[in-house]
Amino acid sequence: MPVNSAAYFCSNSPRGPLTRLASSVVPAYFFQFTSAAEARGELTGITVESEVIPEQQQRQKAVIELTSGKPSFDVIHLSYHVQKRQFDRAGWLADLTGFMNDPTMTTPDLVVNDFSAGGLKFAQNDKGEMHSLPWSVDYFILYWNKEIFAKKGVALPKTLDEMVAAAEKLNDPANGIYGFTGRGLRNANMALWTNFFLNYGGEFLDDKGNILTDGPEAIEATKMYQRLMKSAPPGVAGFNWMESMASLTQGRAAMWIDADGWAPPIEDPNASRVVGKIGYAVVPAGPKGQYSSTYGDGIGITQASTKKEAAYLYCQWAVSKTMGARLLQSGGGVPFRSSILNDETVRKGVKTQEWLDSVVASAKISKLGLPVIVPVAEFRDIVGAALTATLSGADPATELKKANDQFRPILERSEKA
Amino acid sequence: MRGWQRPSYWPFIAPALTVVLAVIIFPWAYTIWMSLHEWKVGSPPTFVGLANYIRLPSDTRFVESIGHTLVYTALSVVLPVALGTFAAVVFHNKFPMRGFLRGLFIMPMMATPVAIALVWTMMFHPQLGILNYLLSLVGLPPQLWVFHPATVIPSLVLVETWQWTPLVMLIVLGGLAAIPTEPYESAQIDGATRWQTFRYISLPLIMPFLFIAGMIRMIDAVKSFDIIFAITQGGPGTASETINLYLYSVAFVYYDVGYASAIVVVFFALIVALAGALLRLRQTTHWNDAGGSA
Repeated sequence: MPVNSAAYFCSNSPRGPLTRLASSVVPAYFFQFTSAAEARGELTGITVESEVIPEQQQRQKAVIELTSGKPSFDVIHLSYHVQKRQFDRAGWLADLTGFMNDPTMTTPDLVVNDFSAGGLKFAQNDKGEMHSLPWSVDYFILYWNKEIFAKKGVALPKTLDEMVAAAEKLNDPANGIYGFTGRGLRNANMALWTNFFLNYGGEFLDDKGNILTDGPEAIEATKMYQRLMKSAPPGVAGFNWMESMASLTQGRAAMWIDADGWAPPIEDPNASRVVGKIGYAVVPAGPKGQYSSTYGDGIGITQASTKKEAAYLYCQWAVSKTMGARLLQSGGGVPFRSSILNDETVRKGVKTQEWLDSVVASAKISKLGLPVIVPVAEFRDIVGAALTATLSGADPATELKKANDQFRPILERSEKA
Repeated sequence: MRGWQRPSYWPFIAPALTVVLAVIIFPWAYTIWMSLHEWKVGSPPTFVGLANYIRLPSDTRFVESIGHTLVYTALSVVLPVALGTFAAVVFHNKFPMRGFLRGLFIMPMMATPVAIALVWTMMFHPQLGILNYLLSLVGLPPQLWVFHPATVIPSLVLVETWQWTPLVMLIVLGGLAAIPTEPYESAQIDGATRWQTFRYISLPLIMPFLFIAGMIRMIDAVKSFDIIFAITQGGPGTASETINLYLYSVAFVYYDVGYASAIVVVFFALIVALAGALLRLRQTTHWNDAGGSA
C-alpha cells in the first residue's frame, strides 16, 4: 500500500520532464504505468518524475512551495477534505475548464457530468470552474471479522447501538480479542467520529457559518464513541489507521470502521491473518440517519506550471478509465467517474465483490466528513484532542465545549481574512 | 594636530559583522516583525500590533505546553544527572572489563534520536511491546506508557534518560579523574564511610562538572523535538505537547506564521530566563571556585 518513494524518469521529452508531488496514501500501483512503452514516454513524448512523501509532510511541502510561487512540481495530488478551500482561496491551481472544453485536448469520454456530484463539489470553485480532476473517493465502511462474530453467534449490526452492544459482547481481552478498533489519535480520530456525528443528526456549520460541534448531537455521538472505544485495544488513544489495521489484520479486532481503501492489505496473505474472513458492510445507522463519511482526492495542475498542456494530459491519464478500473478492481479506492463504476466488465473484475457492494451502497449514503473551511487542520486537532481526552474518561460535553471555545475564534479570524 | 582618522579596523570586522547580522540579527528582527502581523501562509500579512501576544495567555494549548515543557525539562535534567553521576562513580572504580562496559554504556548516545524513537515506540506498544512483557515476568500489570496522558511524559523522559545518561557520565568521569587522591586518603584514615567520602569530598569537587552537565541537559531538553514528535506527536491528545511541538503545529500545520513567531519570541524569553537563573545560581554558589581545575 503506501509507498515512501517512487520516481519515474522517462526519455526524450520536448518540454522537459513533468514533476508531480503525491502523498503516500496514494497506492503504489498508481505510479505503475500500464506498459513499458508508456513508462518510457514513447507513446506520448511526455516524461514524468514523481515525488512521493508521507501525507502530512506532503501537505506541508505543498503549501510552502506553492506560497513561494515557484513550486518544484507541475501536478499535485490533493486531499480535498483538507486542502480544497485553502487551495481555492490562494488560487494555486490552474483552471482546467478551458482544456476540458477543448476537443483537441480532451478525450470525448471525459465530460464534467461523468464525475459524481460529490466529486464536482470538491473540484469546482464557487464560479463552477474545474480546478482539478476528482480522482478517488473514500467512503467509510465497516470491516468485520466473520469468524469472531460466528464464534459468539453475533449478527452483523445494523444500527450504532447494536454495534456497541456487539463490540461489548465480542470483547475478550483475556484472549487478546477486542470488540472494535479504530482511530483514537488526535486529528486522525475525527475521520471516524464524524460517521457517528452525522448519524446522530449532526451538521458541522449553521447557516451563518458557526461551528456546531458542541451541540447535543455531537455530545451524544461522543458518548457513543467513548463507550465503543472501551471495547478497543488498550492504547487506542494513540491509534491511527495503521495501528487499527494491524489489530484487524492480526485477527485481534472484531470490527473496524475506516476508509474503503484497505481491502488489498486485508486480503494479502503475506500481510494478513484474516484473508477471506473479513466482511465489508456500510456504516450502521444512527438514531437520525445513516451516512458514510466521505473524503476525496483529486489531481490538479499548479498555476505556476509552464507545462500545463502536458500536465493536463497526464491528469487525464490518471483519472482515465484504465486507471480508475485498476483502482477499483484492487479494492484500493473508488473512482469518481460513473462510467467506470457502472461498467459491468470493470465491476466483474473486482476481486472482493462484497467490498464492491459495500462501497456502492456507501455511495448512496455519502456525506462530506469534514466542514469545508480553511482551518481544517486546527479543527481536526482541537476537536480531535477533545475526543482523545474522552477516551481516558473526560466528560464529552465539557471537552467539546472547551474545544469549540478554542476553535471558534480561529474560524472567525480565518473567515474574516 | 592630525585630523580624525577613520579607524583602520573596520575592514577587518566587516566580514564577521555581515555574517552576524545576516544569520543572527536579521532572522531575529524578521521574527519580531512577523510576530506583529496576522499572517496566514497564502494571504498577505496585515499589521496587528501586539494582538498575537495578547492571544497567548488565553490559548490553553499554549499555556499547557509551557507546563509540559517545564515538567519534561526538569525530569530530563534531574534523572540523567543523578543516574549519570552514579554511573560515573561506578565506572571510576577499577574492575575487570571496565573499558568494554564503559563503551557499551555510551552506545545509546551515539544513535540517531528518530531511530531510537521508533524502536522505543515498538517497545512501548501495550500489546506487542517488550516492556509490558518484562513487567509481566515480575508479576506487574501492563502499563499504557506513551498511550495514556498520565504516563506519557515520564515514559518519554525514560527514553531521554536512557539516551543521555551516558553523556552526563562522561562529563562527571572527567571531573572525578581530576580530583587529587590526597583528600580520599586522609578521609580513609579518619574512618569516613563510602557515602561520606562521596558526599563531602567527591560531590563538592565535581559540582562544577555537574553544573555543566545540567546546563547541557537543560538546553537539550528544552529544545527536544525529535523524540517526542516521532513517538507521540504531542499526544495522546495534547498531553505531551511541548512548546516546540505546538510551535511546529502552528507554523507548519496551521500555517499561522505571525502567531507562531509570537510563540517563538516568548519561548526565547523563557529560555533566556532559565539560562539566566542557572548562571546566577552558578555565580552565587561559587561552584567554579570549589572545583579548582574546572
